[in-house]
Amino acid sequence: MSARELIELIGPLFIFIGTIFTFLSAIGLIRLPDVYTRSHAASKSTTLGVLCTLFGAFLFFVITEEFVSIRLLLGIFFVFLTAPIAAHMICRAAYRSNVELAEQSVQDDLKPFLKEEGMKDQV
Amino acid sequence: MAFQMLLNFFLAFTWMFLKTTFTPASFLVGYFWGLVILFIFRSYFSERFYLHRVIAIIKLFFLFLKELVLSNLSVLKLVISPKLSIKPGIFALPVEVEKDWEIMLLANLITLTPGTLTVEVSGDNKTLYIHAVNIDDVKDSINGIKDTFEKAIMEVSR
Repeated sequence: MSARELIELIGPLFIFIGTIFTFLSAIGLIRLPDVYTRSHAASKSTTLGVLCTLFGAFLFFVITEEFVSIRLLLGIFFVFLTAPIAAHMICRAAYRSNVELAEQSVQDDLKPFLKEEGMKDQV
Repeated sequence: MAFQMLLNFFLAFTWMFLKTTFTPASFLVGYFWGLVILFIFRSYFSERFYLHRVIAIIKLFFLFLKELVLSNLSVLKLVISPKLSIKPGIFALPVEVEKDWEIMLLANLITLTPGTLTVEVSGDNKTLYIHAVNIDDVKDSINGIKDTFEKAIMEVSR
């Protein structure tokens, strides 16, 4: 195998890693018990999976076609910024509509805090 | 920071006009000399020399990347392990950063940290409520990580 063929393998390698991460996050979605732990798996692994896939595609086009795709870089940036916020909003909405946690150990201040806030609304 | 950058651009354009070569290369050369001039006159600005802040932003970005990879590996370990031995819970974390964008960045970083996820930000921006997968072993180490994050963010905004 020539050196050029080896270099061309870098992009597909990234895509492969990204696919593995996405697949594992899908397994996490099935296995984990409640909304909050599931969104752990969904937010983190999917973010990295999508990032790796996009970056792999970017590298592939740079190496084989010598075409620098700014759109892919922008896509990476937007996913990087928005995926954690989406997970945060889903968790927040779930908590506010009283979705129960799985066998929780310490469930600190959030419940008292929300109760206090609710009292404020009533007054 | 914005003012110093604008000044640097202005100096670069002045350099281009003095040389009467309007190419990106001469812009870069002019930008570099403008940077040197700004560095010499740094004590006349009310803020820090802005390259410090740029370096802090780059450092923060690499911290982001590192944490993303680490957290993915931890989730991976959690998902693959044959028995789920998790103890989820929500704990409160008082924060010192004040501006809205700092809180946003901190919450994002915490979400991408191994085993933690921001659930709620209190109305007065003083407390973050964080959901942790394994609350026992995570709590201490997370405080350390959070210190580094908060320090890195403050390094940018200072």
